[in-house]
Amino acid sequence: MQALYAQLLVGLINGSFYALLSLGLAVIFGMLNIINFAHGALYMMGAFVAYFLLNLGGINYWWALIIAPVIVGIFGMILERTMLQWLAGLDHLYGLLLTFGIALIVQGVFQNYFGSSGLPYSIPDQLKGGVNLGFMFLPIYRGWVVIFSLVVCLATWFLIEKTQLGAYLRAATENPTLVRAFGINVPRMITLTYGLGVGLAALAGVLSAPINQVRPLMGADLIIVVFAVVVIGGMGSIMGSIITGFALGVIEGLTKFFYPEASNTVVFVLMVVVLLVKPTGLTGRAA
Amino acid sequence: MLTIQDLQAWYGESHILHGINFNVRAGEVVTLLGRNGAGKTTTLKSIMGVINKRTGSIRFDNKEIIRATSDKIARLGIAFCPEERGIFSSLDVRENLMLPPVVRPGGLPLDQIFTLFPNLKERLTSQGTKLSGGEQQMLAIARILRTGARFLMLDEPTEGLAPVIIQQIGHTIARLKSQGFTILLVEQNFRFASTVADRYYIVEHGKVIDGFANSELSANMDKLHTYLGV
Repeated sequence: MQALYAQLLVGLINGSFYALLSLGLAVIFGMLNIINFAHGALYMMGAFVAYFLLNLGGINYWWALIIAPVIVGIFGMILERTMLQWLAGLDHLYGLLLTFGIALIVQGVFQNYFGSSGLPYSIPDQLKGGVNLGFMFLPIYRGWVVIFSLVVCLATWFLIEKTQLGAYLRAATENPTLVRAFGINVPRMITLTYGLGVGLAALAGVLSAPINQVRPLMGADLIIVVFAVVVIGGMGSIMGSIITGFALGVIEGLTKFFYPEASNTVVFVLMVVVLLVKPTGLTGRAA
Repeated sequence: MLTIQDLQAWYGESHILHGINFNVRAGEVVTLLGRNGAGKTTTLKSIMGVINKRTGSIRFDNKEIIRATSDKIARLGIAFCPEERGIFSSLDVRENLMLPPVVRPGGLPLDQIFTLFPNLKERLTSQGTKLSGGEQQMLAIARILRTGARFLMLDEPTEGLAPVIIQQIGHTIARLKSQGFTILLVEQNFRFASTVADRYYIVEHGKVIDGFANSELSANMDKLHTYLGV
């Protein structure tokens, strides 16, 4: 049983990253109509910013949780202002190609300077060690990642579904022209939305740094699975992407316990099944 | 309040407005009449700044707005109720109603809006697009009354609605006028327009070709029939 719980925990942790990343992708897709392939590279940048802050500036993990998403978010907003905004109204394919190109460039630059091996980032002192829950040993940092991710996801859901700002966002997703004609600066809102989605990715990167180390290709490996998660959950649903993210992490964990050989493919098998049965995804609206 | 001179507008490559000239004075209800495709809706959208390619002059409260973006134009106190109503399906009725930001003081308070449209009060938690056509039209008008905009543009507010609801919208427009709102109306329903309008302009092939006051209506009936083909 110990091994099962351990795999469930790994699943929940991966699920946290899936949820944070697919949430950002869903928000960006809703507002910009862009499938943001640069998401993995920006997640990686979040981890690297945390690494630089610690090693060059002596700035600890807790500050990095705030500063890294802001820095990467600003970088994202510059990308949006200088490049992505010109794609409005064009086919999805252009956004996909542009963001994929950006991802390759960003990852290439980091690989050039840091190679492909991982740089260590240690767990903050306050979160070291673990607790014995009776049925399993829980490393505190891992528990923290799951709970903190869940809180951030739910806060983002609340922001979008329950606040006036979120109402602007949802309305602008449906009919940006009309929302702008009500006096709302929609282009600025689009830029901030991209910043928010990218900031969530960077936050996931910081959370992941002490667990998975800091590597230039950490995002490239993860993002493929995250896109499968997004396809399963359906683009454009906030709660859907959160639930699907966590659920698929857990399903992956369970597969690792019951049938390890399939653990790397189970998400993709599910994706194929969902695409065959319900092409818009489990919770998605028609695009 | 609003003066338009030689307004030309394009949708992509197609030239829709070929030099529109007219004006609206404060407190008036002015109606644009014309056949389908004459350019009435495009005129409203050009004033609102929703159509990007436009030339000429649109002066509102003595400010030139021909180059302004639509969010800036809205902030000057112009509000637009589109023909397709534009109720958001991902927002409930309350969120739809509260969506347009208040751009200046002097908007109608919520209790007055509910006096005008009692149906809305009962449906506040319904999904916006679950309302009937008439209720959606009321919601589309109600939400721009909150914002403090004193110049309202209504694009075919009676289209596809039952006579009893058309009557209610007529009463609403009369009431808004008595409260000092200025209204620019686009209507196909000439009989409805004649119950609320102070003046008319006839739009044809992207130009204003005629205009007269409501008092001159009977003298102009023959011409009007020719223009509208009714």
